[in-house]
Amino acid sequence: MIVDRKPLSFWERMYLPSIWGGLKITSKHFYNTVFKGQTGGNTLSKGYYPETKWDVAEGYRGAPYLVKDQDGATKCVSCQLCEFVCPPKAIKITPPGADSQSADRKNAEKMPREFEINMLRCIFCGFCQEVCPEEAIFLQKDYSLTGLARGEMIFNKEKLLSLGGTSGGIQKWKHKLEEAKEQEVFPVETK
Amino acid sequence: MDSLLQHWNSLAPLTQSVVFSTLKVLGVLFLALLPMVAYSVLAERKISAFIQDRQGPNRASLPLLGSIPILGPLLTKLGIWQPLADGVKSILKEDFTPSYVRKAYFWLAPAITLIPAFMTVGVIPFGSTLGSQKMVIADLNVGILYTFGIVSLGVYGIVLAGYASNSKYPFLGGIRSTAQMISYELAMGMSVIPVFMIIGKLNLSDIITHQAQHGWMALPFMATQQTFASYLLWPCMIVSFGIFLVSAFAETNRLPFDLPESETELVAGYNTEYSSMKFALFFMGEYASMITASCMMVVLFFGGWSLPFFGLDQPATSIIGGLAHIAIFVAKILFFMVVFIWVRWMLPRFRYDQLMDLGWRRFIPVALANILVTAVVMYFVR
Repeated sequence: MIVDRKPLSFWERMYLPSIWGGLKITSKHFYNTVFKGQTGGNTLSKGYYPETKWDVAEGYRGAPYLVKDQDGATKCVSCQLCEFVCPPKAIKITPPGADSQSADRKNAEKMPREFEINMLRCIFCGFCQEVCPEEAIFLQKDYSLTGLARGEMIFNKEKLLSLGGTSGGIQKWKHKLEEAKEQEVFPVETK
Repeated sequence: MDSLLQHWNSLAPLTQSVVFSTLKVLGVLFLALLPMVAYSVLAERKISAFIQDRQGPNRASLPLLGSIPILGPLLTKLGIWQPLADGVKSILKEDFTPSYVRKAYFWLAPAITLIPAFMTVGVIPFGSTLGSQKMVIADLNVGILYTFGIVSLGVYGIVLAGYASNSKYPFLGGIRSTAQMISYELAMGMSVIPVFMIIGKLNLSDIITHQAQHGWMALPFMATQQTFASYLLWPCMIVSFGIFLVSAFAETNRLPFDLPESETELVAGYNTEYSSMKFALFFMGEYASMITASCMMVVLFFGGWSLPFFGLDQPATSIIGGLAHIAIFVAKILFFMVVFIWVRWMLPRFRYDQLMDLGWRRFIPVALANILVTAVVMYFVR
C-alpha cells in the first residue's frame, strides 16, 4: 500500500501547532494525575502491588508445585517424564533406590526420594503438567518468587508438596476409564 | 566569636579572597549544584510519571525521618529520599568494564563529560551580593566566551566514550553527538550576538545589571523604567531566545534531540557499555549541563537575579536582600529545568537529517539575519 504524503502546510512546518497539541495533552494528564489521583493503578485496579495483590486469572501459568491426593499421599510416582521434558532442565528427580521406602499410597509402586525444581531456571512452560501421567504436578498461581540466595530458590519435595496443596481425588483412573470406553465404542461404523 | 573575627580581619586581603573563593566553590558545588542535579533527576522521574498516569518514586524512606507523623509519609510519597537511594545504589552496583574497551579512555570519558558541565557554573552570577562578597565564583569580563569554550569541551567526553567503548552503538552515538553539538554550537553562539550588541559587554554580571535597569531581554516590560528601544528590539530578542533555547536542547542531548543516546536505535548510545558510578557520572553530567543551560538562559534573557518589584532590581545591600536575589535566581532556573523535563515527555525525537536540516539550513541563516536586523534597528534607535 502506498500512503499519500501530503505536503505540510506552513503552520505544520513551523512545528508550533504540534508543540501546542503536545502541551495540551501532557498538561491534561498531569492535572488528572496530580489533582484527581487518576493513575493507572488507581483506575484500572484498586491500588498498587505490594499492598494490593493482583487477581490471578484462571488458567494462569505460575510456579509448578507437586500436589497431594485426597488422603495426603504423594501423587508423583517418580517416572521422571517431567524431568526429561523440562526444556530448561529445572527439574531434578532422585528416584528411590532398591532399599528405600516405597510409595505412601496404594496403586503406586514408587515415589521420588527427592524432587527438586530450580525456580530460577523454570520458564513456566507447563510441559511438566502436560506430560505427567499421574496428574501430580500443576502450574499454580504463584507469580512472585523471591529469595536472598540462589540456594533458596531450589524448592525440594517437601516444600513443593506443602505449597502445592491437594488436588481433589485421583482423576487418572477416571480418565483411563473414559478413554477405554471411548475405544470400545468405536466412533466410525465398519460395514 | 569576636577573637575569630579579629583574626579574620588581621589576615591579608589575598588570603581572605582565597578563603572566600574556596568556600564559594565548595558551597556552590556541594550545597547547590550536586543536590540540584540529584533532585532534578527526581523531578524528571516524578513529572514523567505524572504525565504518563503513574505515581513515580514513592517508596524510599529513612528509618527515623520516615516515621514522623504526617510529614514522614508525605516526604516518602514525594520521593524525597529517592536520590539518596539512587546514589547508594550507583556506588554499590558492579562496575563492569568489558574486556574489549580501551581502558584509559573508558575511564577518562565520564570525568571529561562531567567536569566541563560543573566548570561553566563558575562564571554564572547566582546572586547580587551577600555582605561584601559578589555572588559569583569568577567575575570574568569574558564570561560568555569562557562559557562557550568550556561547554564545547563537553562533546569530547561523549566522543571519547563512543570511541573507548569499541563497539558499534556507542561509536554511532559518539559520531552523532560530534556532528550535532558542533552544528548547534554555531547557531547558539550566533543567537547571543544580538544580546551583546545591545548591551556592549561580555561580563555576565554586567549583562544582568543592564537588564535590571532596561528590562529583561526576552521580556522588556519587566523593568522599572520602560524604554521604547527595548520594545523595538523585542522581536529580535524573541528570535534569539528561541534559537538559544532549541540549541540548548541539542547541546545538552535532551529530547527531542537526544540522538547520541536514542535508545530505540542505538540501545543507549555512547553510554551503552557503562555501568555503576561511571554511568551515573554521564547521567549527572547531562543534568548538570541542563542546569548550566538554564543558568545561561536566565542570565542572558531573563534578567538573572533581578526582579522589577520591591527594589529587587538593585544589587542587594542587606543579607536578606542578597538571599532574596539568590532565591529569585534559583526559582528562574527551576522554571527552565521544568521546561527541559516537560519537553522530554511531550515531543518525539527528531530524525537525524531533520536535526541537521534544522541546525544548518534554518537556525544559522535566521541567526545571521537576526544579527543584521538588530544592527539596523539599533542604528535607527540609538
